[in-house]
Amino acid sequence: MSGLINWILQVGAVTRFGLLSIPQRRGSVTAAVLGIAGVVTVLVGVLSIAVGFKTAMDSSGSPDAVIVLRTGADSEMVSGFDRAQTRIMADAPGLAKSERGPVSSAELFVIINLPKRSTGTDANVPLRGVEPAAFQVRDNFRIVAGREFGWGKNEVIVGAGAAQQFGGLELGGKVQVGSYTWPVVGIFTAGGGTAESEIWADATVLQQAYNRGDTYQSVYARLASPDTFTQYKDALTTDPRLSVKVFRQSEYYAEQSTAMTKLITTLGVLIAALMAVGALFGALNTMYTAVAARKREIATLRALGFGSTSVVLSVLGESVVLALAGGLLGGVVAYVAFNNFQTATMNWQSFSQVAFAFKVTPALLVWGIGLATAIGLLGGLLPAVRAARLPIASALREI
Amino acid sequence: MNSPVASNESLVSVENVEKVFRRGSEEIHVLRNLDLQVAQGEFLALMGPSGSGKSTLLNLIGGLDRPSRGTLRVAGEDLHDLPDRKMAEWRARHVGFVFQLYNLMPVLNAERNVELPLLLTHLNRAERRQHVAAALDVVALSHRAKHYPRTLSGGEQQRVGIARAIVTDPTLLLCDEPTGDLDRKSGDEILNLLQALNREHGKTIIMVTHDPHASARASRTVYLNKGQLSTEPVI
Amino acid sequence: MKYFHLVWSNLGRHRLRTTLTLLSIVVAFILFGFLSAIKQALVGGISVDGNDRLIVRHKVSIIQVLPASYEPRMEAIPGVAAATHFTWFGGVYQDPKNFFMQCPVVPEEFLELYPEILLPEEEKKAWLATRTGAIVGRKSAEKFGWKIGQRVPIQTPVWVKSDGNHVWEFDIVGIFDGKNKNTDTTPLYFRYDYFDEARRNVKGQVGWYGLRVQDPTRAAEVAALVDAEFQNSPAETKTEPEGAFVQAFANQIGNIVMITAGILGAVFFTILLVTGNTMSQSVRERTGELGVLKALGFTNGHVLALVLLESCLLSVIGGLLGLGLARLMTSGGDPTGGMLPLFFFPTRDLLVGVVLAVALGFATGIFPALQAMRLRVADSLRRM
Repeated sequence: MSGLINWILQVGAVTRFGLLSIPQRRGSVTAAVLGIAGVVTVLVGVLSIAVGFKTAMDSSGSPDAVIVLRTGADSEMVSGFDRAQTRIMADAPGLAKSERGPVSSAELFVIINLPKRSTGTDANVPLRGVEPAAFQVRDNFRIVAGREFGWGKNEVIVGAGAAQQFGGLELGGKVQVGSYTWPVVGIFTAGGGTAESEIWADATVLQQAYNRGDTYQSVYARLASPDTFTQYKDALTTDPRLSVKVFRQSEYYAEQSTAMTKLITTLGVLIAALMAVGALFGALNTMYTAVAARKREIATLRALGFGSTSVVLSVLGESVVLALAGGLLGGVVAYVAFNNFQTATMNWQSFSQVAFAFKVTPALLVWGIGLATAIGLLGGLLPAVRAARLPIASALREI
Repeated sequence: MNSPVASNESLVSVENVEKVFRRGSEEIHVLRNLDLQVAQGEFLALMGPSGSGKSTLLNLIGGLDRPSRGTLRVAGEDLHDLPDRKMAEWRARHVGFVFQLYNLMPVLNAERNVELPLLLTHLNRAERRQHVAAALDVVALSHRAKHYPRTLSGGEQQRVGIARAIVTDPTLLLCDEPTGDLDRKSGDEILNLLQALNREHGKTIIMVTHDPHASARASRTVYLNKGQLSTEPVI
Repeated sequence: MKYFHLVWSNLGRHRLRTTLTLLSIVVAFILFGFLSAIKQALVGGISVDGNDRLIVRHKVSIIQVLPASYEPRMEAIPGVAAATHFTWFGGVYQDPKNFFMQCPVVPEEFLELYPEILLPEEEKKAWLATRTGAIVGRKSAEKFGWKIGQRVPIQTPVWVKSDGNHVWEFDIVGIFDGKNKNTDTTPLYFRYDYFDEARRNVKGQVGWYGLRVQDPTRAAEVAALVDAEFQNSPAETKTEPEGAFVQAFANQIGNIVMITAGILGAVFFTILLVTGNTMSQSVRERTGELGVLKALGFTNGHVLALVLLESCLLSVIGGLLGLGLARLMTSGGDPTGGMLPLFFFPTRDLLVGVVLAVALGFATGIFPALQAMRLRVADSLRRM
């Protein structure tokens, strides 16, 4: 027991000498710490894009909400129903009921071009025509400024993300569709989901503007409970008048986000891995320098009876401490620079823009600092072994 | 050999030279009103206790440093107000240095070390090789040409240092404690070599030393103490 | 270069340190290559062949259709040399993963307007003679293993044939190559006459138009004329240069240029720190040696040049290695399997990389070099 304590004290003493000599090696220490900070910033920054995008898509659908598309359609864009079909879907068993009837909204989905504020170039912004139940189908739907559009009126409301990202969508702005001009009368939020990237209007108004007659493209509905999904799905798929696919909204959006999330994650991890290799070389250089600079001191300690393990651990310890400092710095920089950074990108499945915010989550920070620690351990290991193997006698003589 | 100075003029002419170093607000007079003439072909030993200013004087003569006051003419050039660039060119032409710790480039082998000063000349590769071979021959190290400094003994390293100093055939050879770090036997070899360079090749040599055994080989010895010269040793 | 040996030997002084520094430079330039290739994939479709071309789409959005009858009206506009149209087909081959572009086009017009599509003369003839014929780019032909003469089924949720079928079959009559590296050779082009006759809905409507203008310097003027021609009609247009159209499309994904520049900035800053630190460390250690060189008659300029040469040599070797490796690693093409068809490391960026390598060498060497230059000989000799 006392042997163990003695050993810990030894390691502590040797480590302290190492840390005390840092000011003399300012340059290389700073380079290594900043190098690791850079790696962590880039890793956390890039992955926060993927997490943010996924968060926006995931919060778009709760498990008790469904979306119905025509068979063969993989997105709303190429789906289509007539009015009679949407009535059958609304009346099918398993849906939640409100005082106005089943919570089911038949919707239209088109795209209009609006300038992206960040680049000034045109972007595909989704424009959705909805029925009154749409507000109950989405989770946490809330008007945060202005008011709802009037039913049957040429007015629109705009999701908070879209209002921020695209030109002309602020409250009081105007949306031009062909010969129609629709004023923006309200801004809404919907729990951070994709609806916040959209412009909403009355479905019948949109039908007129687009000469769609009495057709719709999708049905959004809320189930009585998550368990009635199968009941509702079976009712629709066995109905000979319909040829449809039924998805839980959560699954539908998760599916849509996979390609983009995978792309960003792959590229992000690739970039960070390459950078990590670069930073590892930096860390190795720093620790070799540290060992070289402390050659005599280490030899003196060894001559005084300190064990070689305590030398190894102290060099490793110093390396990890520096890496952690870099990792923390990188994490803070990434958090300050990227967390909640608002942007918009293309959702390929719907061929339209999704506004979202970068998310620097605790899990990402843990990843970043974990990577930093790994760099520190690897970067310290070889120099530590070299330090332990220093021939004591000749190192003592060196000046 | 073409002499850069007229036969009636000294090769090295130091007159009224002062060198002052500043340490904070304090002024340290390392050399005061110093006069020294060295003729062509002399082998001068410069002795004195440590801190007496021997190395400072040698640096001044070699154009590595500038006097605070006084005139300093070496090999026909007034060194007091020569610009840095001219000074470097002048050194390359006229001075060969031999250092106490040899000061060889550890990353270069013996012949590459000797070749260094020749890089500053217009000689082509073949000519440089020839000069290097000749210089190594003079110091009897031809067989060690490809060796790196760390594989050579102290005496051998110093011989490479001397070869490097003479390879450009300089007017003046300046040696700072050339035997200071060597054992007696190796030291004697180096002194034999310097003596031969002086007698057989007519090299003018100024050698700083505090070893009477070394100064005995010189044709003249002067003593420096507290910044002033005398011809008698100071106890 | 008689000083080369000296510089080279100095790099060999601390083999390990030099190797580590070199490797981090190599890594930085591999990254540079990858980011260039990604940027190329997203915005590099802007082709030099296209600087006299305009894209005309529906004003509200590209998914809205335009009448095919617009074509003669466009061709009648002064300054327009030729016009042809495209329609989004949105199909997949066998599996939704095998997503690539297909377009019905008018063959003669299309090939005339897009000279970067290289199709052998006899295959062109075959296409003109085969109503269900289609040509496919080399990349997709290789990916799916298609041969000339093969009949391929393409399934699309967008277009229904008059018999209610969503699967369209085409006869491959030609395989085209790209004139340039940035010509996309993944699409499949088939005949519009066959398409228009076979589809059940929206007959006579097309997706967008490509125009060639007679004088590229007057492109903006012509674009305005085109939009004016169709103003107040049920389908108003928006006309823009092909390059601007591609750029806007890339911008929809995000501000690629900014993100790339940001990451590269971080990477090079990191490498600058690591390499710069190594250089100044090795200069510090060599103070005495540099003093000896000066004593031997090396001028301040010589010493400055030696140190700078050393850092530039290190960074250029690392840079060239990294750029070469990046070129090799990206030569395999699209790493995402379909999302980035134009993924490659362009020679232009390769040259930018070489310049960057020299600049990095200069930036990392200049401060230690100045420090070395300013050494006072007498002082530095004492530190030997």
